Amino acid sequence: MQKSVFYCALAAAVVLGGAAGAATLDDVKARGNLNCGVSTGLVGFASPDASGNWEGFDVAVCRAVAAAVLGDPQAVEFIPTTGKTRFTALASGEVDMLARNTTWTFSRDTDLKLDFIGVNYYDGQGFMVPKALGVTSAKDLDGATVCIQTGTTTELNLADFFRVNNISYEPVPIETNAEAQQQYLAEACDVYTTDASGLAATRAAFESPGDHVILPEIISKEPLGPVVRHGDNEWGDIVRWTLNALISAEELGITSANVSELAGGTNNPEINRLLGSEGTLGDMIGLDSEWAQRAIMAEGNYGEIFETNIGENTPVGLARGLNAQYTEGGLIYSPPFR
Amino acid sequence: MATMTNPPRESFRLSMLIYDTRYRSLTIQVIALFAFMLLVAWIISNTVQNLAGLGKEVEFGFFSEPASYDINQRLLEYTSRDTHLRASFIGLLNTLVVAVLGCITATVIGVFVGVARLSRNWLIARIMTVYVEMFRNVPVLLWIVFAMAILIESLPSPRAFRGENATQSLILNDSIAITNRGVYVPEALFSRSLGDVRLFGESSLRFDVSLDLIAIIAVLAASVFVFRRIRAWAERVQNETGNRPTTWHFQIAVLVVPTFVLLATLGFHLGKPELKGFNFAGGTHLRNSLIALWIALSLYTAAFIAEIVRGGILAISKGQTEAAGSLGLRPNRIMSLVILPQALRVIIPPLISNYLNLTKNSSLAIAVGYLDITGTLGGITLNQTGRELECILLLMLIYLFISLSISVGMNIYNKRVALVER
Repeated sequence: MQKSVFYCALAAAVVLGGAAGAATLDDVKARGNLNCGVSTGLVGFASPDASGNWEGFDVAVCRAVAAAVLGDPQAVEFIPTTGKTRFTALASGEVDMLARNTTWTFSRDTDLKLDFIGVNYYDGQGFMVPKALGVTSAKDLDGATVCIQTGTTTELNLADFFRVNNISYEPVPIETNAEAQQQYLAEACDVYTTDASGLAATRAAFESPGDHVILPEIISKEPLGPVVRHGDNEWGDIVRWTLNALISAEELGITSANVSELAGGTNNPEINRLLGSEGTLGDMIGLDSEWAQRAIMAEGNYGEIFETNIGENTPVGLARGLNAQYTEGGLIYSPPFR
Repeated sequence: MATMTNPPRESFRLSMLIYDTRYRSLTIQVIALFAFMLLVAWIISNTVQNLAGLGKEVEFGFFSEPASYDINQRLLEYTSRDTHLRASFIGLLNTLVVAVLGCITATVIGVFVGVARLSRNWLIARIMTVYVEMFRNVPVLLWIVFAMAILIESLPSPRAFRGENATQSLILNDSIAITNRGVYVPEALFSRSLGDVRLFGESSLRFDVSLDLIAIIAVLAASVFVFRRIRAWAERVQNETGNRPTTWHFQIAVLVVPTFVLLATLGFHLGKPELKGFNFAGGTHLRNSLIALWIALSLYTAAFIAEIVRGGILAISKGQTEAAGSLGLRPNRIMSLVILPQALRVIIPPLISNYLNLTKNSSLAIAVGYLDITGTLGGITLNQTGRELECILLLMLIYLFISLSISVGMNIYNKRVALVER
């Protein structure tokens, strides 16, 4: 781990300028596959299944981009990154985009020279404790040992939350979600804290998820979204509008099942523009006219992706909540395709 | 004399740089040096240019920003409002703690195992061989993770100590708690403490030094000084009269009494760990991460030291043992008085490099969540500020400095034990 950080930094130092200046789109097309940075394994968001295929909510975004750009949702190489290595991997050009539960913050967007292209999950930091502890509020956690992933915003929120509420805690820093799970289950820490969606996903992988509760307090805003390098706006546009296409598709009722049928032309001009039977939106971002059609066909629209990976009928069992379409009281909202 | 003539001086021609063997090697070296410097210059200028292209110039201003993260093991006071520099400093101290602890235990275990491996007792020698081969041939990272996993999985959690029907209890007169979050041992407290002195004011490198500790060290040093004077006096008397005066009771009294008096004046007592809320409170908390790292690094490095010690001992000719034996020395004393002092000369130089290895290997600490300098400066600070180049460069300089310091110290010691050649 240490080595990889070091090599990344070195690579970043040497390669940065070249990578940032070059057109990522051309690189991806020349390479024939998309390098996508994902988490090291978080059920529902990004984890390999029994046969080694990556699947999940974040993975689906990568597949949609690959489908839009290369025409093949399988042409993705998934590169697992930890909270610590993700930005260096992106900055050095090791990955073309990150889809890895990454919180959009001011300093990451500006000082770290990254571009957040949107939000695919509105999250907040929560706490999970074993039911047996009888804790009902995060404010009762005085003196508790808290497992936390290093290199994340949650680490900073945690310090602030406990300081502001004037209670003490013992942080146990760990590298990956899997290690956190191990330590938490062995009771080496009382509490595990990360984004609430991550807690739900982690709990879903437990033997007896019912023995653990997620406390009601959400102590931060964590808008999670895909990230690209700063400076390559064409590539940023492609990733941004692929995500927007998935969101608009849900709003317009386009699903993976009916997309081919609707692509033939409908009397809704927005659907026609999105799916390429009208206008030249594809040209404007350097792709062909059927890019959005392929992106939607890959894993379905935003709603389908949500339901198959983390929705209420999956082990992760997350409600749409803030992540419902704006028409249904949520925050998910795509600018118009016009 | 007058007949001696100078050979005709050949005037220097440029082609001689290549064709004349006197200059050729020099020429090649100069060219190689230039090529190397060009390469370095290219890398540096490329880096600077690329960083500038990204709008990220090299600067260290972030060090005075608040770190905003907490560190669990801190030898000095630190809060998340302190600066990144302070956080790095706390991390540096953590690195030094585990390096010093590791070097000491690795040496003790290594010497013991190295000697035992040469034992005539078949079983002991074989066990030591197995130990050495096992630890030497498995990467240290695995040992660290393994040690941590054992500590976490096999020890009871603090909850097992709680309530009426607790399944676990504290050991040694209710003073030590061994849990899967670490070991809690009693801490030394002073009810009439002298307080602390703060060095370096309010800067990020501020350092609180306990006056109690200084007082104890001063008194102990004075005791040892007097102890030595008594011994010297006894030796002088013995040399003059042939009778050695009985001094052991004085010596023990000199060593023990002043310290005890001081401790009593300061109101010394032990603060025992007590179960409070989620965890034990009070006492000193030796965290799992420290213990796992310490054990794994010590055992791993000790395996190498054992081989060095064995090699050093084997380098001393057998005649030395036999000669010492014929003088009537017992095997223990042969080892400590005759063999080891000579073997040290062979042992010390490779020992230095093992100390360096241990110190550098301590940078694997983050694998078990021990926040050393790599975890703070090269980990969280790097990640939160995005200053990869600055952090990594600084980190390399710090490790370089630590390693060179160890090297210098050990080399001085090596000079002292080296064979004085006349």
